[in-house]
Amino acid sequence: MKKLPRRNRFGPVDPLLEALRLLTSGDLYVWNVILRSLRISGSALVVAIIIGLPVGLAVGLARFRFRLPVVAFVNAGLALPPVVVGLAAFLLLSRAGPLGDLRLLYTPAAMIGAQAVIAGPYIAAVSLAAAQGIPADVALQARALGASRWQTILLRLREIRTSLVAAVAAGFGAIVSEVGAVMIVGGNILDETRVMTTAIVLETRRGNFEVAIAMGIVLMLIALCVNAVLLLFARRSFTRASAA
Amino acid sequence: MTATPLPPLLRGSGLRKTYGRKIAVDIDGIDLREGELLAAFGPNGAGKSTLLRLLAMLEKPDAGGVEFRGESGRKGERALRRASAVVFQRPHFWRDTVKYNVGLGLKLRGVPRSESEDRVSRVCDQLHISHLLGAHVSELSGGEAQRVGLARALVLDPEVLFLDEPTANLDTDSKLDLRQDIERAVRSRATSVFLITHDRTEAFHLADRVAMIRDGRLIQTDTPKDLYENPVDVYTARVTGAEFTIPGVVTGTSGRMVKVDIGGASLAALGSAALGERVKIAYRPEDLILALMDGLVRGDGEGNADRAPGTGGLSTRNRLSAVVTERRDMGGLVRLRMQGPVELVAIVTLDAAEELAVAPGAKLVVMAKATALHAFPSGWHGAGRG
Repeated sequence: MKKLPRRNRFGPVDPLLEALRLLTSGDLYVWNVILRSLRISGSALVVAIIIGLPVGLAVGLARFRFRLPVVAFVNAGLALPPVVVGLAAFLLLSRAGPLGDLRLLYTPAAMIGAQAVIAGPYIAAVSLAAAQGIPADVALQARALGASRWQTILLRLREIRTSLVAAVAAGFGAIVSEVGAVMIVGGNILDETRVMTTAIVLETRRGNFEVAIAMGIVLMLIALCVNAVLLLFARRSFTRASAA
Repeated sequence: MTATPLPPLLRGSGLRKTYGRKIAVDIDGIDLREGELLAAFGPNGAGKSTLLRLLAMLEKPDAGGVEFRGESGRKGERALRRASAVVFQRPHFWRDTVKYNVGLGLKLRGVPRSESEDRVSRVCDQLHISHLLGAHVSELSGGEAQRVGLARALVLDPEVLFLDEPTANLDTDSKLDLRQDIERAVRSRATSVFLITHDRTEAFHLADRVAMIRDGRLIQTDTPKDLYENPVDVYTARVTGAEFTIPGVVTGTSGRMVKVDIGGASLAALGSAALGERVKIAYRPEDLILALMDGLVRGDGEGNADRAPGTGGLSTRNRLSAVVTERRDMGGLVRLRMQGPVELVAIVTLDAAEELAVAPGAKLVVMAKATALHAFPSGWHGAGRG
């Protein structure tokens, strides 16, 4: 195990400077945790996109019986508490649980699964709302231009591409900063399942504030990037809508 | 204008479409012939746009069907989709440049990029929108947007072009410009056009034939000249300018002529109705001829006046005495309201009005050729014809 620097007394600026030093010097422990976080959350995001996007778009674009309850169900996923998702995943994957034989508890796979369940509804709900907002004349115009069925669907989606990027960004933001579920199903095991959020909790408890701050800075930067992406797309849409 | 019947390119038979309880379209048959411009004319809510979507096979009818070059069903739909283009009243543009939107149909058809760029550039030149190619569609004015919509359709070189009120939301100048561009572009390509409009001038100026549509039904399809001369109902007569009607009862018939008692006087008019049937006689105010006892003036709405020394040798079948009750000057024209056996309205030139010295209280003889009057059974809405 890597030996971490310990301090009993420090001034208000010391831990921040130390955190910046850890980040800029390429501290192995800190950067391993950061990269593992991005890897796990990135994989979870891919799974969430694969499941959430088609579900959201299908429900948003199609017209079928009992559509309203389905829309309500998808939207309810937004209010799913991450810690409850973690608990459910834990019960499923624990030795006594129905999926216990898979031996996935305390593995990155379990964390990916839990995070995908958290991000999926975000992506599904936002893409559903966007798809519902596509004007009916888009499909008519596409068909009038000679578009096939698939081309018509793609042309309809083209109209909400900014919203879809926003849905993905929101989903990523929700899982990369999530701590409850990954703590429960990942177990915060060093070099295995320790990610930024769980590491921050641990290092703060240990008094290793510079490490916690270093990871906090990275989390903040990710949150800023996600919001910048959202703001950029929202501004582009707003500017064009205003010009129209 | 062409009078020679051409084979139908597109045929709608027994078309019926309802939305809830409202019958949007109920038409026995309508044809679009090769190379012709057929205008569907009617008031708002008449079912014109629904008819366009049915004929363009963008919507399925509840009953009946559409054939393109004799093919119906999916085969006909596929063929029509490749061979047609539609310009909607409010065209949808994808959030991108004008160039992307104009070339979109070609892209969907798999036309190579270099050829597509050539065609886009050519059609935009023709419609004077080359300077807009790099602009974002959100920057377009109403007139520019319609031109871009037209370019997007014309770039496909369609055999059939559907135009759904393309000038409806434009100011007068833009409307006239776009109308000219449509005519020029369409005539130079020998494209068959199905035009939806509620603009009388547009329909009668551009079309080879006009289909009169009301309440989802086809009232009459004819050339503008035939519609003008032989309207089948009061509505069509009004559209062609015969906006005033005189109620009466048929007292005699002879071939295409009927004699109508209008309450103390009798008028001869074109029409077919049974003896004793209640009818309405439609007339155009500029077709009434006014005269003093010793002279005659006929306003033609163009500032000219025919003069005749007396009413004796005239061919006009209908002569009524009337008193002027109102005179309204409208630029170079004068509109007169008169009371005779019935109330009448005439439009004469200002010169003619001055020569007649017409003013409220003046007594005149009002004349009309029998062929200028059209008698229709009261409550008649017409039937599919053509």
